[in-house]
Amino acid sequence: MESVNSPTNSAPRKTPLNALHRRLGAKMVNFGGWDMPVEYPATGGLVAEHKAVRGSVGLFDVSHMGDIRIRSGQRPGGALAAVQYLTMNDASKLAIGQAQYSAMLYPEGTFVDDVIVHRLGDDDYLLVINAGTRDKDVGWVRENTGNFDCKVEDLSDSFTQLAIQGTRAAELLAKLTDANLSAVKNYWFTHGTVCGLPNILIARTGYTGEDGFEIYIPSDVATSERVWNAVMEAGKPYGILPCGLGARNTLRLEAKMALYEHEISDKINVWEAGLDRYCKMDKGDFIGRAALEEARAAGLKRTLVGLEMVERGIARDSYHCLDESGRHIGVVTSGSPSPTLCKNIALAYVPPSFAPLGTAVYVEIRQQKCKAQVVATPFYKRQKKASAS
Amino acid sequence: MAYPTNYRYTKEHEWIDAQGGTAKIGITDYAQHELGDVVFVELPAAGKKVEQGKTFGSVESVKAVSDIYAPVSGEVVEANGELQSKPETINNDPHGAGWLIKIKLANPADVNALMDAAAYEKFISEQKKEASA
Repeated sequence: MESVNSPTNSAPRKTPLNALHRRLGAKMVNFGGWDMPVEYPATGGLVAEHKAVRGSVGLFDVSHMGDIRIRSGQRPGGALAAVQYLTMNDASKLAIGQAQYSAMLYPEGTFVDDVIVHRLGDDDYLLVINAGTRDKDVGWVRENTGNFDCKVEDLSDSFTQLAIQGTRAAELLAKLTDANLSAVKNYWFTHGTVCGLPNILIARTGYTGEDGFEIYIPSDVATSERVWNAVMEAGKPYGILPCGLGARNTLRLEAKMALYEHEISDKINVWEAGLDRYCKMDKGDFIGRAALEEARAAGLKRTLVGLEMVERGIARDSYHCLDESGRHIGVVTSGSPSPTLCKNIALAYVPPSFAPLGTAVYVEIRQQKCKAQVVATPFYKRQKKASAS
Repeated sequence: MAYPTNYRYTKEHEWIDAQGGTAKIGITDYAQHELGDVVFVELPAAGKKVEQGKTFGSVESVKAVSDIYAPVSGEVVEANGELQSKPETINNDPHGAGWLIKIKLANPADVNALMDAAAYEKFISEQKKEASA
């Protein structure tokens, strides 16, 4: 395995909106080597931001995410072949303008990173990757595409990525673009003029479990701030709030969306993480496939479950799971109070015998055994609109 | 928010309001700001001993857990029961209704060694400078 560049050892990187976040009085944290807003206390803070997305709309700077473009070389098909080999979902099923959740795996069937694969054109794909794994991912893609007729470009610094998320996100964005958003279904994208900027990638994707869009605009500070401010201005009638990584985390946890180094990592395989439906074993060979065949035959040793605290206490990342007798059975990967449900929820790896709904699992919180129970996930599922739009 | 001049303060951002042999303990306005919306509080029961510099409870926001350290040693007389149903009181009134515990001081003179309001405000202004550097 290649050595991982560890950006946390040097000064944290900044997105083009860093100065704006500081002017807004955001509380900043180092996230995966990036200096990012965790919440904006002046406009209400984490819980208010979370509720804005569930009830109306919020705006996130997610420019720390990375972008890798893979295009075919001389002959058609090279890019698709490379993407098929690099990722576990079936990219041959993508129409132009469509995106899919997927992941890049190690030969062991564990995670390099989870990604969203966008098909931009006939022989043109865009992989959106995580911030903390950016350098590793780019290196991994370059190393493993040498045998394919394709060109790999790291576009991570070319875009400011804004996530406009919430029940009223479409209504808001429609005011700023000529694109017909009602024609863009979930996990599809289009190109359109946004705030006067031509040919902007507008994807109906997100990491909140709510409706929403991610837009990719030029990464210079002036443009980034202009578009951010225009979205905030247009969102005023909806009570839009700027949202930080804190709300992003509680929103994605309620929706049971994986976070790298938590639910997925280089030690956890696809079956354990319960991401089977995004892994297409019959599509042909891909990195990690052979190990996943073996793992499937061997059976699961642990599986990801949703927990809800029954007793008083908040399960947090890396707390231990115990059985009734106090024996260590697993670990919490993410845990937090849920602002939507007003319950304390968590995701945890436990042996499959503890996975049935209603099973009692105990979480060790400051040397005390606190009772929880296995519940159905996702913890929160958005209402599908009745209308066909 | 003003820091009451009759309180004493610690570098871990607790305040103590000593009156004779007993004292109320809480977390400072600076601490509640750093933590964000408080959603959960865990406090010791009456009769428990607390030891200077040792943790006696915790205050949690959505995002984080913060251990609370005893500014001085003593025995818990009362824990603020209001906080169980209204933990946000710590955000709204950190130096008043958001108090955590009341203790019987083991040695009332210990309190005098802690920072006064002026020294604490100087301390946090330095912390803020470091954070924004």
